[in-house]
Amino acid sequence: MVDIYQANVQALKNIQTAQPVIKGIGKALEVVPGMRKNLFLHAGPPITWDRMSGPLRGAVIGGVLYEGLAKTATEAEIFAASGALSYEPWHEHSGVGPMAGICTPRMPVWIVENKVMGNRTYCTLNEGLGKVLRFGAFSQEVIDRLRWMEMVLAPLLKEVVQLKGDINLKSIIAQALMMGDEVHNRNRAATSLFFREIAPVILDTHFTDAQKKRVLEFINGNDHFFLNLSMPAAKAILQSAEWVEGSSIVTTMTRNGTDFGIRIAGLKDRWFTGPAQMIKGLYFPGFSDADANPDIGDSAITETAGLGGFSMAAAPAIVKFVGGAVQDAMNYTQKMYEITDAESQSFQIPTMDFRGSPTGINILKVCELGILPQINTGIAHKDAGMGQVGAGLVNPPMKCFEDALEAFVAKYCTND
Amino acid sequence: MNNLLKLFQSNISVINVGLPSFADDLKKQGVPVVTLDWRPPAGGNTKLLGLLDKVKRHQAKLGY
Repeated sequence: MVDIYQANVQALKNIQTAQPVIKGIGKALEVVPGMRKNLFLHAGPPITWDRMSGPLRGAVIGGVLYEGLAKTATEAEIFAASGALSYEPWHEHSGVGPMAGICTPRMPVWIVENKVMGNRTYCTLNEGLGKVLRFGAFSQEVIDRLRWMEMVLAPLLKEVVQLKGDINLKSIIAQALMMGDEVHNRNRAATSLFFREIAPVILDTHFTDAQKKRVLEFINGNDHFFLNLSMPAAKAILQSAEWVEGSSIVTTMTRNGTDFGIRIAGLKDRWFTGPAQMIKGLYFPGFSDADANPDIGDSAITETAGLGGFSMAAAPAIVKFVGGAVQDAMNYTQKMYEITDAESQSFQIPTMDFRGSPTGINILKVCELGILPQINTGIAHKDAGMGQVGAGLVNPPMKCFEDALEAFVAKYCTND
Repeated sequence: MNNLLKLFQSNISVINVGLPSFADDLKKQGVPVVTLDWRPPAGGNTKLLGLLDKVKRHQAKLGY
């Protein structure tokens, strides 16, 4: 007979003690577990081409063009729908991808390791904001940037990690929360801290001065560069709670633009899904909610780890980006303590007298209290090829948690 | 009864449990009211309540 409360204590212990560090950069085909030549990884729970939303299809089209499998967007779309490619969730390959989250075999990926348990996670490198693949854009500038990232940015940063050794991500995230980030939609402090860590080492690499300068400018000009590190760090932390028998702690929350999916520590490999919701937020000039796609991306892994929307009280300035007032940010964090089992021993919120961030979403509490996790997120245009149109706030559908509870009780409480 | 009369003759403060509109009339009369953010467990969903009850009974067998 499994002790559910003790199982959750164990899951939380694993989460609290995890130590994610950057180990390096590799080619997805060579380092991501189960990666294959005809496989594209995507954000969210499993989905087939026919059910994919515009931005996810757009990112797939961009991925086909980037891989050189087609010459035009039309050809790429036909190829993507032909059955020649397989599509599988990043989460089933120990990784995460922001927004559409598309990762193709030749893309470079960060390799992050939880030093305590040795589990490794992966994520692509961040492209910046606006017209980028992860928001479904696939114009020539998007493809050119991806190729430069593969040919210059990634090899240079790989050498940086080789020269410098492990880079402690938990420490950077903890410091960033002290400086006004929540490391989902605000990564300005974390990117700056990361920049300080690596800038001197970049100068020691064998690359040309022009290449070093462009890499420094690229990272410095992209406040979201650290997002693709906070995400695999959060994934590495939560992966340490997979699959603790009997635990009702949520280890995955993610969206593919059509469905929202969650996974539970004690329910190995099972997805519980419901419809992805529309985001309430602020739009870039010229766009409105009529242009918006439903919720998309693996970046809700940050909320699952107690960051992002759960730590919004640490990042009051974020309301200028996602909407609302500073008090709303405080209230969101306050509310999340009600559905979590612990307070982080590493991530503290200065505006709440350094209280640990709400950590370990428990489906029992979500269902009993009817309080849904709070997520802040970017908004993708609903049409392929358009890109980002805003940012805002969203919740998962309650159905995910209700279905998960039913399965959990069926597995663990059959004789009660 | 005396105590009850005294209560209503003194200045009273009210904790409102339930819909915030329950407190509207009191507020109009200048009575200090704090509204408790309360909702029925599982939103009153009997299926969910049954599932949660099974978890509690399961844990009760373990001594909780």
